[in-house]
Amino acid sequence: MFKAKVYITLKDSILDPQGTAVKKALESLEYKNIDELRIGKMVYIKINETDRQKAEAQLKNMCEKLLYNSVIENYTYELEG
Amino acid sequence: MKYAVVTFPGSNCDWDTYYAVKDVMKEEVDMLWHGDNELGKYDCIILPGGFSYGDYLRAGAIAKFSPLMKEIINYANAGGLIIGICNGFQILLETNLLPGAMLQNKNVHFICKQVYVKLNNSNTPFTNAINKNDVLNIPIAHMDGNYYCDIKTYKELEENGQILFKYSDSNGNISDNANPNGSLANIAGICNAKKNVFGLMPHPERAVEKILGSEDGKKIFLSIRNHILQSKN
Repeated sequence: MFKAKVYITLKDSILDPQGTAVKKALESLEYKNIDELRIGKMVYIKINETDRQKAEAQLKNMCEKLLYNSVIENYTYELEG
Repeated sequence: MKYAVVTFPGSNCDWDTYYAVKDVMKEEVDMLWHGDNELGKYDCIILPGGFSYGDYLRAGAIAKFSPLMKEIINYANAGGLIIGICNGFQILLETNLLPGAMLQNKNVHFICKQVYVKLNNSNTPFTNAINKNDVLNIPIAHMDGNYYCDIKTYKELEENGQILFKYSDSNGNISDNANPNGSLANIAGICNAKKNVFGLMPHPERAVEKILGSEDGKKIFLSIRNHILQSKN
């Protein structure tokens, strides 16, 4: 069994209006030192697989096919197990 | 002449679209279920608005794996006419039948209102009944309509005349003030390079009778009819 966390974030070149709104909300709470705030997604997956290479290859495939959109997003992942 | 409207789990403009084609345009139309494996013979397929799969992950991302979408992709690659409205547009982007992607509206709100869109290219199956530089009054209703593509793709869209509609004011002026959602270059609708696949965020099916506040959406359906009749002759 492998445990994976996939982090999906908007590319740096793309504005994140949701992140900007949350940053403003924090600033209104007197947190004036926030330089940047961007919101992404985290997908947690347990993979029933014994071979690490296979699990990792499958994880990458799933990201490419569905989990992230290469036009607007990047992804990174952590794989444990 | 036969149309099809595809219903996905979460589609909610499918019957409005059926009404526009059947009762207003007086054309034959079938309702198809996304889980079907076979696609009959159609002159035009419409992917309607709504929230397929609850917009989970990204709007349109899961719908692209519906069984019928495989057939629809083949149909598009063979030159078949497809129009994707709102969520249908998002599905066409996720399926890569159209280039680019949708981001959340710049103001982070769901926007439901009448807008104006200016015609940018009348030489397509979807816009031939619209006068050059015409401005249409059609409603939008979406959360993720902020169209984005990279500069290279944008230049290709421009050079090939693939940008069909841009958000404008009632006089056809294209400005930031007339841009409801932050869409790149005010883009409201684009087609593919072969000009047989068209996606737009405004809802033409909600603007087909005076009682609805505008009949301008009918011009898109009239264009499609013109094109089909011409191609049959």
